[in-house]
Amino acid sequence: MYYVKVGLASCGIAAGSAAVYERFQQELTPDVTLQPTGCLGMCYCEPLVEVINSTGERYLYGNVTDKDVLRILSTHIRDGNPVTELLVDAPSTSDDDRVYFAKQSRFALQNCGVINPEDIESYFLVRGYEGLKKALLNMSSEQVIREVEQAGLRGRGGAGFPTHLKWTLTRKAAGEQKYIVCNADEGDPGAFMDRSILESDPHSVLEGMLLAGYAIGASKGYIYIRAEYPLAIKRLRTAINQARQHELLGAAVLGSNFAFDIEIREGAGAFVCGEETALLMSIEGKRGMPRFRPPYPAEKGLFGCPTSINNVETLANVPRIIDLGCEAFNRYGTEKSKGTKVFALAGKIKRGGLVEIPMGTTVNELVFSIGGGISTGKAFKAIQTGGPSGGCIPAQLGDTPVDYESLNKIGAIMGSGGLLVMDEDTCMVNLAQYFLTFAREESCGKCSFCRSGTEQMLRILNRITSGMGQLSDLDLLADLGEKIKIGSMCGLGQTVPNPVLTTLKYFRHEYVAHIQDKVCPAKQCKALIDYQVLAADCRSCGICKKSCPVGAIIGEKKQVYTIDSSKCIRCGLCVNSCKFHAIEVFSLPKEVAVCMEVQS
Amino acid sequence: MQSLSAEEIVIIKEIVAKHVGSPGSAIPILQEIQKELGYVSTAFLRQVAELTETPASDLYSIVTFYSQFRLEPLGKNYIQVCHGTACHLAGAERITDSLEHETKTKCGCTSENGEFTLEKVACVGCCSLAPVVNVNGETHGRLTPEKTAKVIENLRNKGNEGNGDVLR
Repeated sequence: MYYVKVGLASCGIAAGSAAVYERFQQELTPDVTLQPTGCLGMCYCEPLVEVINSTGERYLYGNVTDKDVLRILSTHIRDGNPVTELLVDAPSTSDDDRVYFAKQSRFALQNCGVINPEDIESYFLVRGYEGLKKALLNMSSEQVIREVEQAGLRGRGGAGFPTHLKWTLTRKAAGEQKYIVCNADEGDPGAFMDRSILESDPHSVLEGMLLAGYAIGASKGYIYIRAEYPLAIKRLRTAINQARQHELLGAAVLGSNFAFDIEIREGAGAFVCGEETALLMSIEGKRGMPRFRPPYPAEKGLFGCPTSINNVETLANVPRIIDLGCEAFNRYGTEKSKGTKVFALAGKIKRGGLVEIPMGTTVNELVFSIGGGISTGKAFKAIQTGGPSGGCIPAQLGDTPVDYESLNKIGAIMGSGGLLVMDEDTCMVNLAQYFLTFAREESCGKCSFCRSGTEQMLRILNRITSGMGQLSDLDLLADLGEKIKIGSMCGLGQTVPNPVLTTLKYFRHEYVAHIQDKVCPAKQCKALIDYQVLAADCRSCGICKKSCPVGAIIGEKKQVYTIDSSKCIRCGLCVNSCKFHAIEVFSLPKEVAVCMEVQS
Repeated sequence: MQSLSAEEIVIIKEIVAKHVGSPGSAIPILQEIQKELGYVSTAFLRQVAELTETPASDLYSIVTFYSQFRLEPLGKNYIQVCHGTACHLAGAERITDSLEHETKTKCGCTSENGEFTLEKVACVGCCSLAPVVNVNGETHGRLTPEKTAKVIENLRNKGNEGNGDVLR
């Protein structure tokens, strides 16, 4: 008897796992049970297929195409010989090769890639809703809150506010009607932790909301989720319907006198709605403009009622803390940052994917041991956590432990879990410009510092990347950045200068190179780079000329081609098209470039 | 001003009726209208305003605040270029250039013949497949400018199929 699981979360499907699943369905024999599952975390080798034999041994196949399905079925399942060249993890894999999993501790992600996210029975098999049963039968609301307090759980959305405090405040606030809101508006570009949890283990989030509702005395919960996550929304709807059928949601949860129901609200595309007061405005059907705090949502939140807003990952941790006790959680982590944290590893990294590490793991362990180092083979330059609100951490601070306090100390933040890895080809000024472009577009416009300040900072950055900057611009950037932080009301404005401020702090020399030498050291900023054909390598095939969309490449077949710099739009298509690597990008100080032109 | 067809009025009335008495339902109503009719024109807004006794200006303020809403219908093929951080590092800019060049459409616009709508988004969350483009709801990953050109060529060859109801 064999179990075959196929990872069918969004990134798996994008890589082609739906076709693999269909193929298995067509070829299925009676001795095989096929099960769709969620995210297995190894995004770098999707589509993933796991084969489990009758003794429970697990064989994980990566980069599986629909053409490999027959081979797995005949060689492994019929003849008992695993297809070694597709294996990424197996009982025989040595510990050295298992580092991707060995250094992780899966707590919030425990069920992801294990259960069938669309089947509540599958969740029951992994002690699903046992935490809720325990709470309703044997624990008071205060006891639930105390367990979460002793676990040391802090908000996983980024700020790290202690969860039990939020719940206690909401519980004690005056008012009959209270709400629990799950913040699933995962807007940071480059972050997909919450999406993966919702697509792979939606019931754990529902159970977390039920426990939170029980703890604070709420009878209604809202999940505010990005409309860009259609699969997560679909699976949540399925999960909610199943929970209602099993009386886990409704007027009498599990026959008790606790009533609770959950409604989904789809976001409509506004980054600022990840900020809690803006999120509440959006659920109320208005423009998502943040409002001044206090009063905090715990006192006056949704529709004016006390409301606790918790992040997806925070809530997914709660059922297991209640079911297994606080020690199961707080045995991981550091003194002040307990438990684990999920990160979405992306960028120039070999093994990009979804990882969960104990707090206190160092940046280097994360990048090199788990992530396998830099994908391009070039030098590791920096990581960026927390997206547009976060900061960069340069390679020389790679020993920094990943916990709330240590990251704050060096000017970065934990953030919600997006973790971007950069190599020496990444221009830090360009990165700062990218985040600020995003921030300017997403500022709601309420506070003038955020609205106009980001615009002014962006103009300065545009000036610098186009070679028109002055050294005094750097002081101006730092000054304006600090003022936006002080002069803005909500978390967006208070944090969006961070990418500029931290790159200025750690990579000031790159800014200076752009300004003084008119050079982009990473050769990314279009205004500061040029392309040239290397005469020695050019085979005069003419492919580059064909690929150029603006006719900037001059020459005839059998001659060395040249590039007319005045026409060239620096799109890089010619570099890609040349099989002989005969086109080079360079960024040189202007005087040197002029000299070269004169010489030639 | 655009006048509504009888069918459109029925659809809008049905959607609004579903949300009677539910607080804060302006956004879900507009989302459902867009899903059914493809966009939310000012004429649709006026109809909703009348039915819900909300000022049309309130609804307009919502539609212009959130990036999901469209005041104009989509082109036949709806292409979203991801500009999340991972895609940015992996060259989303070049993919956009290539798409603009191939479709002869500016990002954020619909082509004159109505064949393509090009849009920037951040982020679709498939970072390990960067750079990524969503074409009529289907994700294409690990793109290069050449592969992008092929995607467009395939769309053209497919002819009239378009996004149909997939994306609405």
